[in-house]
Amino acid sequence: MTEQNPYAIVTEDLDLWYGDFQALEKVSLNLRGGIITGLIGPSGCGKTTFLRSLNRVNERYGNVRTEGTINLLGKNIYDPDVSLIELRKSVGMVFQRPNPLPISVYENVVFGLRIHSPRSELKRSVLDEAVEQALREVILWDDLKDNLKQKATELQLEQQQKLCIARLLPLKPEIILMDEPCSALDVEATAAVEELMLTLAGKFTIVIVTHNMAQARRVSDECIFMLLGEIIEHDRTEQLFLAPKNPKTSDYIEGRYG
Amino acid sequence: MNNSQKFTATSFTRSKETREKWVRYLMFVVTLLMALPVILLISYLVHKALPVLSLEFITDIPRNQMSAGGIWPAVLGTIYLVALSLMVAAPVGVMAGVYLNEYAKDNWFTRLINLAVINLAGVPSIVHALFGLGAFVLFAGLGESVIAASLTLAVMTMPVVITSTREALSAVPMSFREASWNMGVSRWQTIRGVVLPNSVSGILTGVILEVSRAAGETAPIMITGATASLTFRQGETVYYLLGEKFMALSYHLYYFSTQWTPPRLLLDEGTGEMLPMTQAAIEHAEAIPYGTAVVLLGVVLLFNSLSIAFRYYLRTHRKW
Repeated sequence: MTEQNPYAIVTEDLDLWYGDFQALEKVSLNLRGGIITGLIGPSGCGKTTFLRSLNRVNERYGNVRTEGTINLLGKNIYDPDVSLIELRKSVGMVFQRPNPLPISVYENVVFGLRIHSPRSELKRSVLDEAVEQALREVILWDDLKDNLKQKATELQLEQQQKLCIARLLPLKPEIILMDEPCSALDVEATAAVEELMLTLAGKFTIVIVTHNMAQARRVSDECIFMLLGEIIEHDRTEQLFLAPKNPKTSDYIEGRYG
Repeated sequence: MNNSQKFTATSFTRSKETREKWVRYLMFVVTLLMALPVILLISYLVHKALPVLSLEFITDIPRNQMSAGGIWPAVLGTIYLVALSLMVAAPVGVMAGVYLNEYAKDNWFTRLINLAVINLAGVPSIVHALFGLGAFVLFAGLGESVIAASLTLAVMTMPVVITSTREALSAVPMSFREASWNMGVSRWQTIRGVVLPNSVSGILTGVILEVSRAAGETAPIMITGATASLTFRQGETVYYLLGEKFMALSYHLYYFSTQWTPPRLLLDEGTGEMLPMTQAAIEHAEAIPYGTAVVLLGVVLLFNSLSIAFRYYLRTHRKW
């Protein structure tokens, strides 16, 4: 990279269809790198679809057609030389329900590393270090360091969700996509995961879909309001919530529909 | 500001992508290879059966010491077998499956029953035949008959019906039952109104598979009532009483391809003389087992499509 581009994610006229249904319409966005961007909007407005297009995992759901361009970190991800493996390694996803694999905590964290490194590099010490570093980063190390062999699906939901974030880290991702990461968690767990997001911001570019407007206000630096597949407003979070420009935005954040 | 090296494959990634492609290709080829024998088998059978295939072959009785005519008695026998064994195995199997999955508590007794069911499904069909001979033919005194053979087939197919019913039922999400129970709906009403409608496809699929098996089994019927040939008069309506011996397609096929030899002399109906078989007549007779096989396949397909039509009817008209 020669010059630091301020925008990590740039889309131009992105259209997406599921069969005949158009889920995204002319989405043009510039998302800044290293900050948390919140995506809000009523159910079915295309938030999750947009998120899934960013690592092209949408293509695996069948009958999906995309037009327009998506530039991540200065590279068009629809270029023919883009490897989906490399792309998804750099663009991780966290889901609504924590979905750790039914193996040990340790193996969950090194799962990606085992896949993505040649066998000769997989020394015990390397793996151990990766696990410690990743778990420290998500503030789980002190809780779990004595239970690394425990089955990950037996952890509390909060720990499971943090683990799902931790398992992305050894792959050194640059963008982390979160699809309603707290909607299965209780208030305290939500607070803990939000706190974690704030510590991760800066190191990673984070895009978070949420139904919880208070959460969008608490964690995001910039916020995007979507409706029926279109971008209605994109602004700094305080601006969007305190002085929305579009009446549809103000109606939504004031809870007149949603 | 084009970051052209981003997300491009390293040699390590490329090797993974190559492997991905090969694995996919391999599985596709294997899938094709799986379909190939079916196509070859059917086209071979139909090709060999061409000399005899006609509507009369299905509707006519065997003639000239079975070297000519049709196989209607065998077709009818197979229909009897499938229908009778289905009438016993389907209700009993489905009810047992429902009880085991919906009512039974997990204790040593139900586990014992489960074990018995699973083992019963693995018993070879010739052993079922011996059981049928002992239990139905001799002990129950039914003799070698349609009913004894059908019951033997029913016993053989029941465990698989039970197992597939249980699988279909356990695929119904628990939350459906909870929703129903918490509105004061009784267990049976829940099963009837919620669980069965949502599992009927799976249950019928299991039943369909068993129908095909019952139609094709030879071992269980050959010592419980099937016979190679019965004599029918010209123009007589063919039917079997439940206590009678019967002909069946699978056994007919077995008999024809292993035991039967063309008669040396045949009664010529025109002149009343005994004449040797012509070459054409011998060739015709040799095509009969292939024709029988094609008709057997047809009967199985017919029963399958009936079940599929029934399933479709339940889904669309009864909103199951």
